[in-house]
Amino acid sequence: MAGNIWVVADQWQGRLTDITFEALALGREVADAFKVPLEAVLMGHGCASLAEELGCADNVIYAEHPALAEPVPETHARALTELAQQRQPRAIVIPATNTNWGANTLLAAQLGVPGLNFVVDLKAVDGALEARCVLYGGKIQVRVQPRKEPAVIGLWPGARPADQGRSERKPSVEQASVSLAAEPKVRLKRYIEPEAGEVDLTRQDILVAVGRGIQSKDNLELAEELARALGGEICGSRPVVDQGWLPLSRQIGKSGLTVKPKLYLALGISGAPEHVEGMKGSSLIVAVNTDPQAPIFNIAHYGVVADALELAPALAEAVRARKG
Amino acid sequence: MTDPAAGAFLGLPARAILWVLALIAFGLFGWRVAAYIRVLARARPEPRWDQWPARLKRFVLEVLFQRKLLEEPLIGAAHLLIFWAFVFYATSFFWNLLRGLLPFLPIPYADQAAWMAVALELFGAVGLVALVVAAARRYLFPPPRLEQTRDAGIILSLITIVLLSSLTGAGALVLAGEHHAGVGIASLFAGLLSGLGVSPEQGVQLNVAMWWVHMVTVLGFLVYIPYSKHLHLLASPFGVLFGSLKPPMPAASEGAARLEEFTWRQLFSGLACAECGRCDRACPALNSGYPLSPKELMHHVKEMIMASLASGGNGHRLLGDRVKPEAVWACMTCLACIQRCPVGNEHVPVLIELRRRLMADGEIEAHLQEALTNLARYGNSFGQSARNRARWTQGLDFKPKDARKEPVTWLWFTGDYAAYDPRLQPITRAAARLFQRAGLDFGILYEAEQNSGNDARRAGEEGLFETLMEKNLAAFAKARFERIVTTDPHSLHALKNEYQWQNGGVPVVHHTELLWELIRTNRLPLNKRLNGRVTYHDPCYLGRYNGVYEAPRQILRALGVELVEMPRHGSRSYCCGAGGGRIWMEDVPGIQERPAESRVREAAAVGARTLVVACPKDWVMFQDARKTAGLEDKLVVKDIIELVEEATNP
Amino acid sequence: MNLVVLMRMVPDVVEELEIAPDGKSLDQEALRLIVSESDDHALEEALLLKERFGGRVTVVAPEAPEVADVLYTAAAKGADRVIQLRGVEPGLGVAAMAEACAAALSAIPDLLPADLVLTGAQSIEDLDGLVAPLVAHRLGWPYLGVVTAVSEVSNGTATVIKEFQAGYRGEFQVSLPAVLGVQAAEKPPRYVPVAKVRAAMKATRIEEFEAPQPVPEPLQDVTIVALAKPEATGRAEMLEGSVEEVAGKLCELLAERGLL
Repeated sequence: MAGNIWVVADQWQGRLTDITFEALALGREVADAFKVPLEAVLMGHGCASLAEELGCADNVIYAEHPALAEPVPETHARALTELAQQRQPRAIVIPATNTNWGANTLLAAQLGVPGLNFVVDLKAVDGALEARCVLYGGKIQVRVQPRKEPAVIGLWPGARPADQGRSERKPSVEQASVSLAAEPKVRLKRYIEPEAGEVDLTRQDILVAVGRGIQSKDNLELAEELARALGGEICGSRPVVDQGWLPLSRQIGKSGLTVKPKLYLALGISGAPEHVEGMKGSSLIVAVNTDPQAPIFNIAHYGVVADALELAPALAEAVRARKG
Repeated sequence: MTDPAAGAFLGLPARAILWVLALIAFGLFGWRVAAYIRVLARARPEPRWDQWPARLKRFVLEVLFQRKLLEEPLIGAAHLLIFWAFVFYATSFFWNLLRGLLPFLPIPYADQAAWMAVALELFGAVGLVALVVAAARRYLFPPPRLEQTRDAGIILSLITIVLLSSLTGAGALVLAGEHHAGVGIASLFAGLLSGLGVSPEQGVQLNVAMWWVHMVTVLGFLVYIPYSKHLHLLASPFGVLFGSLKPPMPAASEGAARLEEFTWRQLFSGLACAECGRCDRACPALNSGYPLSPKELMHHVKEMIMASLASGGNGHRLLGDRVKPEAVWACMTCLACIQRCPVGNEHVPVLIELRRRLMADGEIEAHLQEALTNLARYGNSFGQSARNRARWTQGLDFKPKDARKEPVTWLWFTGDYAAYDPRLQPITRAAARLFQRAGLDFGILYEAEQNSGNDARRAGEEGLFETLMEKNLAAFAKARFERIVTTDPHSLHALKNEYQWQNGGVPVVHHTELLWELIRTNRLPLNKRLNGRVTYHDPCYLGRYNGVYEAPRQILRALGVELVEMPRHGSRSYCCGAGGGRIWMEDVPGIQERPAESRVREAAAVGARTLVVACPKDWVMFQDARKTAGLEDKLVVKDIIELVEEATNP
Repeated sequence: MNLVVLMRMVPDVVEELEIAPDGKSLDQEALRLIVSESDDHALEEALLLKERFGGRVTVVAPEAPEVADVLYTAAAKGADRVIQLRGVEPGLGVAAMAEACAAALSAIPDLLPADLVLTGAQSIEDLDGLVAPLVAHRLGWPYLGVVTAVSEVSNGTATVIKEFQAGYRGEFQVSLPAVLGVQAAEKPPRYVPVAKVRAAMKATRIEEFEAPQPVPEPLQDVTIVALAKPEATGRAEMLEGSVEEVAGKLCELLAERGLL
């Protein structure tokens, strides 16, 4: 029991999220490297059926408590603390989603151990657990080894493909009890749904942006396809909006929105400063343009001299294949 | 000779009536004018009492010769004639009034002096013709932005009555046989009167009657002036006299929202405004669909003053109540309004004071906020590290001298856009190569150069301007150089005219002035003749602000290209839309045609294949505009530097 | 309301980040510090709450180059009291600093009791923890992060809006006093003109407070193996090959970044 690798399941609206499976895939590797079991920790109220999906783990610890029905990080952290103190895992991998935000830190503080953030990879190095964290807006990567156990790992999305963590196997499920305060100090009152049809591009992680290189409104479809495949939204530079191909609410740049997504894929955009000014804060900029001198290549991290109309469908295909 | 003021009317002595009317009229007039002066006295001071020779010269040109009005030739000529008719008639009026009130004065009445009678006849007739032209223009062919107001109709009618009554009176006298023949116009009227059945015996009476009609009308006019838009008749000569002799920039202040927070000169513009609409016709913001009308702004100022006169108190606000923030932020500070205004109004300073107040209250839009934050932190509006300012030099095969470390003759101040914008960097390098080729001893400040602060100042961030200026001046103080050349007109204006140099400063020129000098003296030999039809866009901050129109044209002529002028060229150049901090702000919805788009269409319309610019922001705006206007195949945009390099390449 | 805002300086990523020769930290020479972006939002939210509910705002910041500017700017924006914490320096990793700050909060005279402690939801150098939950843990107060609004305050609780995903948000009830990690204020951080900051420099005194001893050592519980840059900055790395090949390469790239 002690020394296991734990992966905490992340839920959203009653379903397990992709990052849970990414974490399981990663946890599997680490558990195998250390030759210890991988355990999934599922916390909630009346969601035992979700445990079936966690077959990548050797077994599931299911903590059931009414208070765990609400997505309150500090309640979940309190439950994890109790479980961890009882069972002494070697490492606890917690998906760092908004839902959970801060839970890993609270858990680490309550256990008196270090809690790492922004972790994108884990491996065993000479018997020690080493994490790779991405800091400074993605500009610096830090390899770090926690010196105490359990190591609390706040996992960033994308460490492994989610499918690697899915399994047909049905794991054994162990019910665990946790004692939580009757009156938690943080309660969820209600969810607030987004307005129908409203897309706030500034909150998007992935944007596919089109410029005049897309040539006509009909070709917008190709970009939209790609956006869908990536799980992002489409947006455009000024000329495209002026032409009426996209609404003003999707314009990026001086007279439009300023966005800082994790991925900004610029298709057929020349890179005029008025546009760049609206997206230069993006973590990863990939630009596609037929003109090798296009200024966009000066601010993009990666560039492709090609026809966006050809690359977009090919990329959409490749992405879909990768995601499975 | 008859004394029209002798005799009686309704049982009362006519002279007494004249006295009463005159006292009432002058009393009301004086009371109202005093009220205006009291309001202006409550406002902040602004010294405009310097450089009298220059002021008087402007007075002669603008008021006496009506120079600005003649820019629209037909109405200009008509107004000039009406103006001079008015001057003459005003003189005659005072003459007549004095003589009428004080019969013991040993002078005749005005029209009893032969030479005066002739002058009155002539100006009367000419004035009437001009009035017909003016009326026709106003009512039949009005230019855009000319409001049809009741005031205008009243004034045209009053002036007509004044002139007609005088001419009719003269004609009546001729009919009665008591008038010396003048230039035949009085005789014409005599004939008309005779044709209407007026007998010679009635002539004298009619003359007297017309005298009274004339005098009473003018007395009425005297009272009417300070209560109508024709207050401009009184105010505008002072407006011109106390106008700004250089592009106006209000002294550092915390901005203004209420009447008392403006300066008297800023308020005065509202009083002098004749609501002619010339400013509106020239304004790029208004003509693109922005919610800013310079004429409306002046009207609001006047209205605020009127409200203050009517109800007293200190609560009269321009900002918010009358002028909305969207209008305030729309100004590009291009100065077209001020350039066109015939009465010397200064619209832009009012807007800058309003901006300062909005800025102090934190009510600025997000884009502008970001640019200002970047300027304060990084010294450039791009939000890029100050260390990257000289990265553009990496494409050169030589390293420009570092003016921080070695003395140079010319300090080249590149400005943000030329340094940081990747599309402009090749042009900046071309300029470096030209300077090098010409053997110029030049250097740059590398990372020590900061944004000049010109646009921050115009956006209303006076404190930021001061910070940037201080940093630049500190960098200048440590470097050694004799002159400054800049490739950015905005920087040119700030460095040359608005920086507080400790030791009087150094000469600051624009690159077109320097390049022309180098070409002219053959230090930059032209090896190739360029072809093609080009047109040149005068940048606001180079042309209107600093009077540099010829040097770029000299260069183009020397290069051999065929230079065609756009209708809006020289001091009438149409702004690209970037100035006043607007390049950092968002467009508002409902913009019809952006200024830059209008401009590129104008360039294409005169058949030019190349639109030549001399300002980096112009280059950027027009490149964008030719795409959105669909003119990519028809028009290219080039900085004059690019053309000079083409022509001087070995 | 008595509101406390914790603001921190972090490296400005606009400047090039260089790794120190020992490979285990950032080269201080090349560094320029800027206030952490979400801390700025935390301040804005505090000021908005003050405008709405009355009270006072105190800003506490660990000492660092250019932090005085940040404190004067905060004062110009409306903060009532600005305090610089001596003996705690920013750097890679936040756990030690957060502990020191939490201890300081309890020790600074007339600071607590407070209703809310606000700080950014995260920062770019949160290697070993997040400040908000760490402070909450030390103070024994409830915590909520990714906050984008505080709508009501009454009867010792606050209604707090938090962002989830896909545009969803949640309305939470949080007992006061509490620590909130602010993701974004309800309005973008206000602009304050340079003239006002200068005026604040004359009118405001920055209090200095010595952090309570012992100040924890940073990064005690972890071993930094190495820092590295993921890719060269500057011109884009150009991907060559056929459209399919490039599509494949792009996929790899995106996967590596956790974007697929």
